[in-house]
Amino acid sequence: MDKNQSQFQTDPNPTSGITEPFSGSPRHIQAKVVATRRITNDVYHLSLMGEEIATAARPGQFVMVRVSQAVDPLLPRPFSIHRVMGDRFDILFRVVGQGTRILARTAVGETFAVTGPLGRGFLLAPGRVLLVAGGIGLAPLFFLAQDLISRGFCRPDEVTVLAGGRGRADILCREELTELGVRLQITTEDGSLGRPGLVTSLVQEQLEAASEPIRVVSCGPKAMLQAVAGLAAAAGCPCQVSLETGMACGLGVCLGCVVRKADTPGPAYLRVCREGPVFDAGEVFNS
Amino acid sequence: MNHPDLTVTLGRLKLANPVMTASGTFGYGEEYAGIVDLNRLGALVVKGISLRPRPGNPPPRIVETAAGMLNAIGLQNVGLTAFIRDKLPYLRPLAPALVVNILGETEDEYVEIAAALSDQEGVDAIELNISCPNVAAGGLVFGADPVATSRLTARVRAVTRKTLLVKLTPNVTDITVMARAAVDAGADGLTVINTLLGLAVDLTTRRPRLANVTGGLSGPAIKPVALRMVWQVARAVDVPVIGVGGISTWQDAVEFFIAGATAIQIGTANFFNPTVTMNVLEGITAFLIDSGVAKITDLIGTLRLT
Repeated sequence: MDKNQSQFQTDPNPTSGITEPFSGSPRHIQAKVVATRRITNDVYHLSLMGEEIATAARPGQFVMVRVSQAVDPLLPRPFSIHRVMGDRFDILFRVVGQGTRILARTAVGETFAVTGPLGRGFLLAPGRVLLVAGGIGLAPLFFLAQDLISRGFCRPDEVTVLAGGRGRADILCREELTELGVRLQITTEDGSLGRPGLVTSLVQEQLEAASEPIRVVSCGPKAMLQAVAGLAAAAGCPCQVSLETGMACGLGVCLGCVVRKADTPGPAYLRVCREGPVFDAGEVFNS
Repeated sequence: MNHPDLTVTLGRLKLANPVMTASGTFGYGEEYAGIVDLNRLGALVVKGISLRPRPGNPPPRIVETAAGMLNAIGLQNVGLTAFIRDKLPYLRPLAPALVVNILGETEDEYVEIAAALSDQEGVDAIELNISCPNVAAGGLVFGADPVATSRLTARVRAVTRKTLLVKLTPNVTDITVMARAAVDAGADGLTVINTLLGLAVDLTTRRPRLANVTGGLSGPAIKPVALRMVWQVARAVDVPVIGVGGISTWQDAVEFFIAGATAIQIGTANFFNPTVTMNVLEGITAFLIDSGVAKITDLIGTLRLT
Protein backbone atom coordinates (compact mmCIF):
# COMPACT_ATOMS: atom_id res chain seq x y z
CA MET A 1 0.00 0.00 0.00
CA ASP A 2 1.17 3.48 -0.79
CA LYS A 3 2.69 4.94 2.35
CA ASN A 4 0.81 8.20 2.26
CA GLN A 5 -2.42 6.25 1.92
CA SER A 6 -1.85 4.40 5.15
CA GLN A 7 -3.10 7.29 7.26
CA PHE A 8 -6.38 7.64 9.04
CA GLN A 9 -8.77 10.12 7.63
CA THR A 10 -11.43 9.95 10.29
CA ASP A 11 -13.24 13.17 9.56
CA PRO A 12 -15.77 13.12 6.77
CA ASN A 13 -14.55 14.95 3.74
CA PRO A 14 -16.66 18.12 3.75
CA THR A 15 -17.05 18.21 -0.02
CA SER A 16 -17.97 14.59 -0.74
CA GLY A 17 -19.37 13.53 2.63
CA ILE A 18 -17.33 10.36 2.34
CA THR A 19 -14.89 8.97 4.89
CA GLU A 20 -11.99 7.06 3.43
CA PRO A 21 -11.49 3.71 5.12
CA PHE A 22 -7.69 3.44 5.24
CA SER A 23 -5.81 1.95 8.13
CA GLY A 24 -3.29 3.76 10.29
CA SER A 25 -0.51 2.27 12.39
CA PRO A 26 -1.78 -0.74 14.31
CA ARG A 27 -1.11 -1.21 18.02
CA HIS A 28 -0.05 -4.38 19.79
CA ILE A 29 -1.59 -4.62 23.23
CA GLN A 30 -2.48 -7.02 26.04
CA ALA A 31 -6.26 -6.84 26.12
CA LYS A 32 -8.26 -8.05 29.10
CA VAL A 33 -11.56 -9.83 28.55
CA VAL A 34 -14.27 -7.86 30.36
CA ALA A 35 -17.37 -9.74 29.21
CA THR A 36 -18.20 -13.03 27.52
CA ARG A 37 -21.51 -14.25 26.20
CA ARG A 38 -22.65 -17.38 24.42
CA ILE A 39 -25.07 -16.20 21.78
CA THR A 40 -26.09 -19.50 20.23
CA ASN A 41 -24.85 -23.06 20.26
CA ASP A 42 -21.59 -22.14 18.51
CA VAL A 43 -21.50 -18.32 18.39
CA TYR A 44 -19.77 -16.31 21.09
CA HIS A 45 -19.35 -12.64 21.94
CA LEU A 46 -16.24 -11.27 23.71
CA SER A 47 -15.64 -7.74 24.98
CA LEU A 48 -11.99 -6.73 25.35
CA MET A 49 -10.49 -3.70 27.07
CA GLY A 50 -8.16 -1.74 24.81
CA GLU A 51 -8.49 1.97 24.41
CA GLU A 52 -5.83 2.28 21.68
CA ILE A 53 -7.72 -0.17 19.49
CA ALA A 54 -11.28 0.83 20.40
CA THR A 55 -10.78 4.51 19.69
CA ALA A 56 -8.96 3.98 16.39
CA ALA A 57 -11.15 1.18 15.00
CA ARG A 58 -13.25 1.82 11.89
CA PRO A 59 -16.09 -0.45 10.73
CA GLY A 60 -14.74 -3.26 8.56
CA GLN A 61 -11.33 -3.34 10.24
CA PHE A 62 -10.14 -6.38 12.16
CA VAL A 63 -7.87 -7.49 14.98
CA MET A 64 -5.44 -10.39 15.26
CA VAL A 65 -5.90 -12.30 18.53
CA ARG A 66 -3.28 -14.71 19.82
CA VAL A 67 -5.47 -17.32 21.48
CA SER A 68 -2.69 -19.18 23.29
CA GLN A 69 0.68 -18.42 24.83
CA ALA A 70 1.83 -21.85 23.67
CA VAL A 71 3.04 -22.59 20.14
CA ASP A 72 0.15 -24.87 19.20
CA PRO A 73 -1.96 -23.34 17.80
CA LEU A 74 0.81 -21.09 16.58
CA LEU A 75 -0.77 -18.25 14.71
CA PRO A 76 -3.05 -15.45 15.84
CA ARG A 77 -6.60 -15.45 14.45
CA PRO A 78 -8.24 -12.58 12.59
CA PHE A 79 -11.62 -11.28 13.85
CA SER A 80 -13.56 -8.39 12.46
CA ILE A 81 -14.44 -5.73 15.00
CA HIS A 82 -18.10 -6.19 15.91
CA ARG A 83 -18.63 -2.99 17.87
CA VAL A 84 -16.80 -0.50 20.06
CA MET A 85 -17.97 1.16 23.22
CA GLY A 86 -15.68 3.68 24.89
CA ASP A 87 -12.40 1.87 25.50
CA ARG A 88 -13.85 -1.58 24.79
CA PHE A 89 -14.00 -3.45 21.51
CA ASP A 90 -16.04 -6.55 20.85
CA ILE A 91 -15.69 -9.57 18.61
CA LEU A 92 -18.44 -11.95 17.57
CA PHE A 93 -17.30 -15.33 16.31
CA ARG A 94 -18.45 -18.82 15.44
CA VAL A 95 -16.47 -21.81 16.65
CA VAL A 96 -14.87 -23.31 13.56
CA GLY A 97 -11.60 -24.85 14.77
CA GLN A 98 -8.86 -25.11 17.34
CA GLY A 99 -8.38 -21.36 17.85
CA THR A 100 -12.02 -20.41 18.23
CA ARG A 101 -12.61 -23.40 20.52
CA ILE A 102 -10.01 -21.99 22.91
CA LEU A 103 -11.48 -18.52 22.66
CA ALA A 104 -14.96 -19.85 23.39
CA ARG A 105 -13.75 -21.18 26.76
CA THR A 106 -12.38 -17.79 27.80
CA ALA A 107 -13.25 -16.40 31.21
CA VAL A 108 -13.58 -12.75 32.19
CA GLY A 109 -10.21 -11.42 33.41
CA GLU A 110 -8.04 -13.39 30.99
CA THR A 111 -5.80 -11.37 28.68
CA PHE A 112 -4.87 -11.89 25.06
CA ALA A 113 -2.20 -10.30 22.89
CA VAL A 114 -4.14 -8.35 20.27
CA THR A 115 -2.88 -6.42 17.26
CA GLY A 116 -5.10 -3.84 15.60
CA PRO A 117 -6.99 -2.17 14.22
CA LEU A 118 -5.92 -3.67 10.90
CA GLY A 119 -6.87 -3.41 7.26
CA ARG A 120 -9.05 -1.18 5.18
CA GLY A 121 -12.61 -0.75 6.42
CA PHE A 122 -15.88 0.18 4.78
CA LEU A 123 -16.37 3.42 2.96
CA LEU A 124 -18.69 5.64 4.96
CA ALA A 125 -21.04 7.65 2.78
CA PRO A 126 -24.43 9.26 3.21
CA GLY A 127 -27.72 7.96 1.87
CA ARG A 128 -29.56 4.65 1.56
CA VAL A 129 -27.50 1.53 2.10
CA LEU A 130 -28.22 -2.19 1.92
CA LEU A 131 -26.20 -4.33 4.34
CA VAL A 132 -26.29 -7.98 3.29
CA ALA A 133 -25.14 -10.47 5.93
CA GLY A 134 -24.64 -14.21 5.66
CA GLY A 135 -24.55 -15.78 9.13
CA ILE A 136 -21.59 -14.59 11.18
CA GLY A 137 -20.90 -12.06 8.40
CA LEU A 138 -23.18 -9.76 10.36
CA ALA A 139 -20.33 -9.10 12.84
CA PRO A 140 -18.66 -6.17 11.00
CA LEU A 141 -21.92 -4.98 9.39
CA PHE A 142 -23.43 -4.28 12.81
CA PHE A 143 -20.51 -1.93 13.58
CA LEU A 144 -21.03 -0.28 10.20
CA ALA A 145 -24.76 0.24 10.78
CA GLN A 146 -24.11 1.71 14.20
CA ASP A 147 -21.37 4.00 12.92
CA LEU A 148 -23.33 5.23 9.89
CA ILE A 149 -26.16 6.26 12.19
CA SER A 150 -24.13 7.68 15.09
CA ARG A 151 -21.91 9.75 12.78
CA GLY A 152 -24.92 11.13 11.00
CA PHE A 153 -24.30 9.57 7.61
CA CYS A 154 -27.66 7.83 7.60
CA ARG A 155 -30.98 8.02 9.36
CA PRO A 156 -31.84 4.61 10.85
CA ASP A 157 -34.55 4.06 8.24
CA GLU A 158 -32.00 4.55 5.45
CA VAL A 159 -30.14 1.43 6.60
CA THR A 160 -31.62 -1.89 5.52
CA VAL A 161 -30.09 -5.08 6.87
CA LEU A 162 -30.79 -8.28 4.97
CA ALA A 163 -29.71 -11.23 7.10
CA GLY A 164 -29.57 -14.77 5.79
CA GLY A 165 -28.65 -18.11 7.32
CA ARG A 166 -29.32 -21.82 7.20
CA GLY A 167 -31.62 -21.65 10.22
CA ARG A 168 -32.86 -19.27 12.89
CA ALA A 169 -29.71 -19.78 15.01
CA ASP A 170 -27.67 -18.15 12.22
CA ILE A 171 -29.61 -14.87 12.42
CA LEU A 172 -27.66 -12.82 14.92
CA CYS A 173 -28.14 -9.54 16.80
CA ARG A 174 -31.85 -9.19 16.03
CA GLU A 175 -32.56 -7.24 19.22
CA GLU A 176 -29.57 -4.93 18.81
CA LEU A 177 -30.51 -4.17 15.21
CA THR A 178 -34.09 -3.45 16.23
CA GLU A 179 -32.80 -1.08 18.91
CA LEU A 180 -30.76 0.76 16.27
CA GLY A 181 -33.98 1.30 14.35
CA VAL A 182 -32.72 -0.10 11.06
CA ARG A 183 -34.99 -2.01 8.69
CA LEU A 184 -34.36 -5.74 9.09
CA GLN A 185 -35.40 -8.54 6.75
CA ILE A 186 -34.52 -12.18 7.27
CA THR A 187 -34.26 -15.32 5.20
CA THR A 188 -33.44 -18.85 6.34
CA GLU A 189 -32.82 -21.85 4.14
CA ASP A 190 -34.90 -24.11 6.40
CA GLY A 191 -37.66 -21.53 6.78
CA SER A 192 -37.38 -21.46 10.58
CA LEU A 193 -37.25 -17.66 10.64
CA GLY A 194 -38.22 -15.00 8.11
CA ARG A 195 -38.70 -15.91 4.52
CA PRO A 196 -37.57 -19.37 3.37
CA GLY A 197 -34.72 -19.32 0.84
CA LEU A 198 -31.57 -17.39 0.16
CA VAL A 199 -30.81 -13.81 1.13
CA THR A 200 -30.03 -12.99 -2.49
CA SER A 201 -33.77 -13.09 -3.29
CA LEU A 202 -34.26 -10.15 -0.89
CA VAL A 203 -31.30 -8.33 -2.42
CA GLN A 204 -32.83 -8.65 -5.86
CA GLU A 205 -36.21 -7.34 -4.67
CA GLN A 206 -34.66 -4.37 -2.88
CA LEU A 207 -32.53 -3.42 -5.86
CA GLU A 208 -35.46 -3.75 -8.27
CA ALA A 209 -37.73 -1.67 -6.04
CA ALA A 210 -35.22 1.15 -5.59
CA SER A 211 -35.84 4.29 -7.62
CA GLU A 212 -32.13 5.19 -7.63
CA PRO A 213 -28.90 3.24 -7.07
CA ILE A 214 -28.36 2.11 -3.46
CA ARG A 215 -24.97 1.30 -2.00
CA VAL A 216 -24.62 -2.40 -1.23
CA VAL A 217 -22.27 -3.72 1.45
CA SER A 218 -21.93 -7.44 2.09
CA CYS A 219 -20.13 -9.90 4.33
CA GLY A 220 -20.61 -13.65 4.41
CA PRO A 221 -19.68 -16.82 2.53
CA LYS A 222 -17.78 -16.23 -0.70
CA ALA A 223 -20.47 -17.72 -2.95
CA MET A 224 -23.02 -15.36 -1.41
CA LEU A 225 -20.72 -12.35 -1.87
CA GLN A 226 -20.21 -13.23 -5.48
CA ALA A 227 -23.97 -13.51 -6.05
CA VAL A 228 -24.65 -10.22 -4.26
CA ALA A 229 -21.88 -8.50 -6.24
CA GLY A 230 -23.43 -9.80 -9.46
CA LEU A 231 -26.89 -8.48 -8.55
CA ALA A 232 -25.46 -5.09 -7.54
CA ALA A 233 -23.45 -4.82 -10.74
CA ALA A 234 -26.51 -5.69 -12.86
CA ALA A 235 -28.49 -2.97 -11.07
CA GLY A 236 -25.68 -0.44 -11.46
CA CYS A 237 -25.20 -0.16 -7.70
CA PRO A 238 -21.80 0.24 -6.01
CA CYS A 239 -20.92 -2.81 -3.92
CA GLN A 240 -18.36 -3.40 -1.21
CA VAL A 241 -17.56 -6.87 0.10
CA SER A 242 -15.64 -7.93 3.20
CA LEU A 243 -13.54 -11.05 2.66
CA GLU A 244 -12.21 -13.60 5.09
CA THR A 245 -9.10 -15.75 4.54
CA GLY A 246 -6.53 -17.48 6.67
CA MET A 247 -3.58 -15.25 7.48
CA ALA A 248 -0.44 -15.45 9.58
CA CYS A 249 0.40 -11.83 10.43
CA GLY A 250 -2.42 -9.42 9.53
CA LEU A 251 0.20 -6.76 8.85
CA GLY A 252 0.77 -7.19 5.13
CA VAL A 253 3.99 -9.11 5.57
CA CYS A 254 3.41 -12.86 5.29
CA LEU A 255 1.57 -12.57 1.95
CA GLY A 256 -0.41 -15.65 2.94
CA CYS A 257 -3.90 -14.10 2.77
CA VAL A 258 -4.00 -13.02 -0.86
CA VAL A 259 -6.92 -13.31 -3.27
CA ARG A 260 -6.72 -13.12 -7.03
CA LYS A 261 -7.27 -9.63 -8.38
CA ALA A 262 -10.22 -9.48 -10.79
CA ASP A 263 -10.06 -8.79 -14.49
CA THR A 264 -6.29 -8.93 -14.91
CA PRO A 265 -4.72 -10.81 -17.82
CA GLY A 266 -1.93 -12.40 -15.77
CA PRO A 267 -2.01 -13.43 -12.13
CA ALA A 268 -2.07 -10.53 -9.67
CA TYR A 269 -2.96 -10.78 -6.02
CA LEU A 270 -4.39 -8.51 -3.34
CA ARG A 271 -3.70 -8.90 0.37
CA VAL A 272 -6.93 -9.33 2.31
CA CYS A 273 -5.18 -7.84 5.37
CA ARG A 274 -4.01 -4.61 3.72
CA GLU A 275 -5.82 -3.89 0.46
CA GLY A 276 -8.85 -5.43 2.23
CA PRO A 277 -10.57 -6.98 4.05
CA VAL A 278 -13.12 -4.63 2.47
CA PHE A 279 -12.91 -4.44 -1.30
CA ASP A 280 -14.94 -2.89 -4.03
CA ALA A 281 -16.60 -5.99 -5.48
CA GLY A 282 -15.04 -5.28 -8.87
CA GLU A 283 -11.54 -5.59 -7.39
CA VAL A 284 -12.03 -9.26 -6.49
CA PHE A 285 -14.88 -10.62 -8.63
CA ASN A 286 -14.49 -10.78 -12.38
CA SER A 287 -17.04 -8.76 -14.29
CA MET B 1 27.78 -5.07 35.88
CA ASN B 2 27.88 -2.72 32.91
CA HIS B 3 25.69 -3.19 29.90
CA PRO B 4 27.19 -6.12 27.98
CA ASP B 5 28.86 -5.61 24.62
CA LEU B 6 26.38 -6.93 22.07
CA THR B 7 28.28 -5.95 18.93
CA VAL B 8 29.09 -8.64 16.39
CA THR B 9 30.85 -8.54 13.04
CA LEU B 10 29.77 -10.10 9.76
CA GLY B 11 32.57 -9.68 7.24
CA ARG B 12 33.37 -5.97 7.39
CA LEU B 13 29.90 -5.19 8.71
CA LYS B 14 29.54 -4.37 12.38
CA LEU B 15 26.12 -4.88 13.98
CA ALA B 16 25.10 -3.05 17.17
CA ASN B 17 23.53 -6.31 18.34
CA PRO B 18 23.01 -9.78 16.91
CA VAL B 19 19.22 -9.62 16.50
CA MET B 20 18.14 -9.64 12.87
CA THR B 21 14.84 -10.19 11.11
CA ALA B 22 14.49 -13.05 8.63
CA SER B 23 13.68 -12.32 5.01
CA GLY B 24 10.00 -12.50 4.13
CA THR B 25 8.77 -12.16 7.70
CA PHE B 26 9.30 -8.44 8.23
CA GLY B 27 8.21 -6.97 4.89
CA TYR B 28 10.17 -3.85 4.09
CA GLY B 29 10.35 -2.75 7.74
CA GLU B 30 7.70 -0.06 7.68
CA GLU B 31 4.90 -2.58 8.30
CA TYR B 32 6.22 -3.04 11.86
CA ALA B 33 7.10 0.60 12.51
CA GLY B 34 4.23 1.30 14.93
CA ILE B 35 4.85 -1.89 16.91
CA VAL B 36 8.64 -2.34 17.00
CA ASP B 37 11.34 0.28 17.55
CA LEU B 38 13.11 -0.54 14.30
CA ASN B 39 16.23 1.38 15.35
CA ARG B 40 16.93 -1.16 18.10
CA LEU B 41 17.37 -4.04 15.63
CA GLY B 42 20.87 -5.21 14.82
CA ALA B 43 20.00 -5.73 11.19
CA LEU B 44 16.88 -5.65 9.09
CA VAL B 45 16.60 -8.21 6.29
CA VAL B 46 13.97 -7.30 3.73
CA LYS B 47 11.68 -9.53 1.68
CA GLY B 48 13.55 -11.21 -1.19
CA ILE B 49 13.95 -9.01 -4.25
CA SER B 50 13.93 -10.28 -7.82
CA LEU B 51 14.92 -8.45 -10.98
CA ARG B 52 11.32 -7.96 -12.06
CA PRO B 53 8.19 -7.90 -9.85
CA ARG B 54 6.81 -11.35 -9.12
CA PRO B 55 3.08 -11.97 -8.53
CA GLY B 56 3.73 -15.07 -6.41
CA ASN B 57 1.85 -18.36 -6.23
CA PRO B 58 -1.94 -18.83 -6.27
CA PRO B 59 -3.65 -19.26 -2.88
CA PRO B 60 -3.90 -21.08 -0.56
CA ARG B 61 -0.31 -20.14 0.25
CA ILE B 62 -0.04 -20.89 3.95
CA VAL B 63 -1.26 -23.56 6.32
CA GLU B 64 -0.78 -23.87 10.05
CA THR B 65 0.81 -27.10 11.30
CA ALA B 66 1.78 -28.32 14.76
CA ALA B 67 4.02 -25.59 16.23
CA GLY B 68 4.76 -24.37 12.75
CA MET B 69 3.45 -23.34 9.38
CA LEU B 70 3.94 -24.23 5.76
CA ASN B 71 4.24 -21.48 3.20
CA ALA B 72 4.48 -21.39 -0.55
CA ILE B 73 4.33 -17.68 -1.28
CA GLY B 74 6.39 -17.95 -4.45
CA LEU B 75 8.54 -14.90 -3.71
CA GLN B 76 5.91 -12.28 -4.43
CA ASN B 77 7.82 -8.98 -4.36
CA VAL B 78 7.89 -5.51 -5.87
CA GLY B 79 11.01 -6.09 -7.96
CA LEU B 80 14.41 -4.34 -7.96
CA THR B 81 13.39 -1.01 -9.50
CA ALA B 82 10.41 -0.42 -7.21
CA PHE B 83 12.44 -1.56 -4.21
CA ILE B 84 15.12 1.06 -4.87
CA ARG B 85 12.60 3.75 -5.72
CA ASP B 86 9.84 3.12 -3.12
CA LYS B 87 11.27 1.10 -0.25
CA LEU B 88 14.93 2.04 0.12
CA PRO B 89 14.35 5.74 0.99
CA TYR B 90 12.41 4.67 4.08
CA LEU B 91 15.01 2.08 5.11
CA ARG B 92 18.18 4.06 4.42
CA PRO B 93 18.09 6.38 7.49
CA LEU B 94 17.24 3.58 9.94
CA ALA B 95 19.92 2.52 12.43
CA PRO B 96 20.05 -1.24 11.77
CA ALA B 97 22.26 -2.65 9.06
CA LEU B 98 20.21 -3.21 5.94
CA VAL B 99 20.47 -6.63 4.34
CA VAL B 100 18.78 -7.15 1.00
CA ASN B 101 17.83 -10.74 0.25
CA ILE B 102 17.95 -11.39 -3.51
CA LEU B 103 16.68 -14.10 -5.81
CA GLY B 104 17.18 -14.77 -9.50
CA GLU B 105 15.95 -17.40 -11.89
CA THR B 106 19.36 -17.42 -13.57
CA GLU B 107 22.92 -16.59 -12.51
CA ASP B 108 22.80 -13.49 -14.67
CA GLU B 109 19.75 -12.19 -12.80
CA TYR B 110 21.45 -12.58 -9.40
CA VAL B 111 24.51 -10.78 -10.75
CA GLU B 112 22.44 -7.94 -12.21
CA ILE B 113 20.53 -7.38 -8.95
CA ALA B 114 23.70 -7.55 -6.85
CA ALA B 115 25.50 -5.08 -9.11
CA ALA B 116 22.59 -2.64 -8.96
CA LEU B 117 22.38 -2.86 -5.16
CA SER B 118 26.14 -2.42 -4.83
CA ASP B 119 25.74 1.13 -6.08
CA GLN B 120 23.09 1.89 -3.47
CA GLU B 121 24.06 3.81 -0.39
CA GLY B 122 22.35 2.38 2.68
CA VAL B 123 22.50 -1.23 1.53
CA ASP B 124 25.00 -2.90 3.86
CA ALA B 125 24.82 -6.50 2.80
CA ILE B 126 23.39 -8.81 0.20
CA GLU B 127 21.91 -12.17 1.20
CA LEU B 128 21.81 -14.65 -1.67
CA ASN B 129 18.66 -16.73 -1.49
CA ILE B 130 19.67 -20.02 -3.06
CA SER B 131 17.28 -21.97 -0.89
CA CYS B 132 13.68 -21.08 -1.64
CA PRO B 133 11.77 -24.36 -2.01
CA ASN B 134 8.68 -22.80 -3.64
CA VAL B 135 9.75 -21.58 -7.07
CA ALA B 136 10.28 -23.55 -10.25
CA ALA B 137 13.46 -21.80 -11.34
CA GLY B 138 16.25 -20.42 -9.16
CA GLY B 139 16.35 -20.95 -5.42
CA LEU B 140 16.97 -24.56 -4.56
CA VAL B 141 18.29 -25.28 -8.05
CA PHE B 142 21.44 -23.43 -6.95
CA GLY B 143 21.42 -24.26 -3.26
CA ALA B 144 21.26 -28.04 -3.57
CA ASP B 145 24.30 -28.29 -5.83
CA PRO B 146 27.77 -27.34 -4.55
CA VAL B 147 29.10 -26.55 -8.04
CA ALA B 148 26.18 -24.20 -8.76
CA THR B 149 26.49 -22.66 -5.29
CA SER B 150 30.17 -22.01 -5.83
CA ARG B 151 29.81 -20.55 -9.31
CA LEU B 152 26.94 -18.25 -8.38
CA THR B 153 28.63 -17.02 -5.20
CA ALA B 154 31.85 -16.29 -7.10
CA ARG B 155 30.04 -14.38 -9.83
CA VAL B 156 28.14 -12.22 -7.34
CA ARG B 157 31.31 -11.74 -5.27
CA ALA B 158 33.00 -10.33 -8.37
CA VAL B 159 30.45 -7.50 -8.72
CA THR B 160 30.00 -6.34 -5.14
CA ARG B 161 32.11 -5.07 -2.26
CA LYS B 162 29.09 -5.21 0.06
CA THR B 163 29.06 -7.88 2.73
CA LEU B 164 27.90 -11.06 1.01
CA LEU B 165 25.80 -13.60 2.87
CA VAL B 166 24.58 -16.87 1.41
CA LYS B 167 21.36 -18.39 2.80
CA LEU B 168 21.53 -22.17 2.77
CA THR B 169 18.81 -24.76 2.46
CA PRO B 170 18.35 -27.61 4.93
CA ASN B 171 16.95 -29.77 2.11
CA VAL B 172 20.28 -31.44 1.36
CA THR B 173 22.08 -34.50 2.65
CA ASP B 174 25.15 -32.65 3.94
CA ILE B 175 24.80 -28.91 4.47
CA THR B 176 28.52 -28.50 5.21
CA VAL B 177 29.32 -29.29 1.56
CA MET B 178 27.21 -26.32 0.42
CA ALA B 179 28.62 -24.18 3.23
CA ARG B 180 32.24 -24.80 2.17
CA ALA B 181 31.37 -24.20 -1.48
CA ALA B 182 29.90 -20.79 -0.67
CA VAL B 183 32.74 -19.76 1.62
CA ASP B 184 35.46 -20.89 -0.80
CA ALA B 185 33.76 -18.77 -3.47
CA GLY B 186 33.90 -15.65 -1.32
CA ALA B 187 30.88 -15.54 1.02
CA ASP B 188 31.46 -13.34 4.09
CA GLY B 189 28.87 -15.21 6.11
CA LEU B 190 26.23 -17.94 5.92
CA THR B 191 22.58 -17.81 6.92
CA VAL B 192 21.48 -21.22 8.20
CA ILE B 193 18.68 -22.33 7.51
CA ASN B 194 15.83 -21.64 5.10
CA THR B 195 12.57 -23.61 5.41
CA LEU B 196 12.21 -27.40 5.31
CA LEU B 197 10.16 -28.80 2.46
CA GLY B 198 6.82 -30.15 3.72
CA LEU B 199 3.31 -31.26 2.80
CA ALA B 200 -0.12 -31.01 4.43
CA VAL B 201 -3.19 -32.94 3.24
CA ASP B 202 -6.90 -32.14 3.53
CA LEU B 203 -8.63 -35.32 4.68
CA THR B 204 -11.99 -34.52 3.14
CA THR B 205 -10.83 -33.57 -0.33
CA ARG B 206 -7.61 -35.63 -0.23
CA ARG B 207 -5.94 -32.64 -1.82
CA PRO B 208 -2.79 -30.83 -0.71
CA ARG B 209 -3.67 -27.90 1.55
CA LEU B 210 -1.35 -25.62 -0.45
CA ALA B 211 -2.03 -24.77 -4.08
CA ASN B 212 1.70 -25.27 -4.70
CA VAL B 213 1.31 -28.84 -3.25
CA THR B 214 4.48 -28.55 -1.12
CA GLY B 215 5.70 -25.65 0.98
CA GLY B 216 8.43 -24.57 3.36
CA LEU B 217 8.04 -25.49 7.04
CA SER B 218 9.00 -22.82 9.56
CA GLY B 219 8.31 -21.95 13.17
CA PRO B 220 9.21 -23.54 16.53
CA ALA B 221 8.81 -27.04 15.03
CA ILE B 222 12.06 -26.71 13.06
CA LYS B 223 14.29 -25.27 15.79
CA PRO B 224 16.18 -28.45 16.69
CA VAL B 225 16.98 -29.08 13.02
CA ALA B 226 18.19 -25.52 12.51
CA LEU B 227 20.27 -25.65 15.66
CA ARG B 228 21.95 -28.89 14.60
CA MET B 229 22.80 -27.45 11.18
CA VAL B 230 24.14 -24.20 12.63
CA TRP B 231 26.40 -26.26 14.87
CA GLN B 232 27.59 -28.40 11.93
CA VAL B 233 28.25 -25.42 9.67
CA ALA B 234 29.95 -23.32 12.36
CA ARG B 235 32.47 -26.15 12.85
CA ALA B 236 33.03 -26.57 9.11
CA VAL B 237 33.76 -22.98 8.05
CA ASP B 238 35.62 -19.97 9.42
CA VAL B 239 33.12 -17.24 8.52
CA PRO B 240 30.26 -16.07 10.77
CA VAL B 241 27.10 -18.18 10.77
CA ILE B 242 23.74 -16.49 11.20
CA GLY B 243 21.34 -18.87 12.91
CA VAL B 244 17.71 -18.92 11.85
CA GLY B 245 14.89 -21.42 12.27
CA GLY B 246 12.18 -21.49 14.90
CA ILE B 247 13.55 -18.82 17.23
CA SER B 248 10.70 -17.32 19.24
CA THR B 249 12.25 -16.64 22.66
CA TRP B 250 15.55 -15.31 24.02
CA GLN B 251 16.31 -18.78 25.31
CA ASP B 252 16.10 -20.10 21.75
CA ALA B 253 18.51 -17.37 20.63
CA VAL B 254 21.03 -18.18 23.36
CA GLU B 255 21.00 -21.83 22.28
CA PHE B 256 21.98 -20.73 18.78
CA PHE B 257 24.87 -18.58 20.07
CA ILE B 258 26.17 -21.48 22.13
CA ALA B 259 25.89 -23.75 19.07
CA GLY B 260 28.06 -21.33 17.10
CA ALA B 261 25.84 -18.61 15.61
CA THR B 262 27.38 -15.12 15.51
CA ALA B 263 23.96 -13.52 14.96
CA ILE B 264 20.39 -14.77 14.78
CA GLN B 265 17.41 -14.05 12.59
CA ILE B 266 13.82 -14.15 13.78
CA GLY B 267 11.25 -15.19 11.21
CA THR B 268 7.86 -16.78 11.74
CA ALA B 269 7.72 -15.59 15.36
CA ASN B 270 7.21 -12.04 14.03
CA PHE B 271 3.82 -13.26 12.80
CA PHE B 272 2.52 -14.57 16.12
CA ASN B 273 4.37 -12.16 18.39
CA PRO B 274 5.06 -8.88 16.56
CA THR B 275 7.30 -7.57 19.36
CA VAL B 276 9.42 -10.74 19.51
CA THR B 277 12.59 -9.06 18.21
CA MET B 278 12.56 -6.60 21.11
CA ASN B 279 11.69 -9.35 23.63
CA VAL B 280 14.62 -11.46 22.42
CA LEU B 281 17.06 -8.52 22.48
CA GLU B 282 16.08 -7.66 26.06
CA GLY B 283 16.24 -11.31 27.10
CA ILE B 284 19.72 -11.83 25.65
CA THR B 285 20.96 -8.70 27.40
CA ALA B 286 19.55 -9.81 30.75
CA PHE B 287 20.98 -13.30 30.28
CA LEU B 288 24.49 -11.95 29.66
CA ILE B 289 24.29 -9.73 32.73
CA ASP B 290 22.96 -12.55 34.91
CA SER B 291 25.64 -14.97 33.69
CA GLY B 292 28.45 -12.45 34.09
CA VAL B 293 29.35 -12.60 30.40
CA ALA B 294 30.74 -9.22 29.29
CA LYS B 295 30.56 -9.75 25.53
CA ILE B 296 28.13 -11.71 23.39
CA THR B 297 31.14 -12.94 21.42
CA ASP B 298 32.30 -14.77 24.57
CA LEU B 299 29.16 -16.89 24.33
CA ILE B 300 29.43 -17.86 20.67
CA GLY B 301 30.42 -21.45 19.97
CA THR B 302 30.78 -22.42 23.61
CA LEU B 303 28.89 -25.72 23.34
CA ARG B 304 30.49 -28.17 25.78
CA LEU B 305 30.84 -31.64 24.35
CA THR B 306 32.71 -33.23 27.21
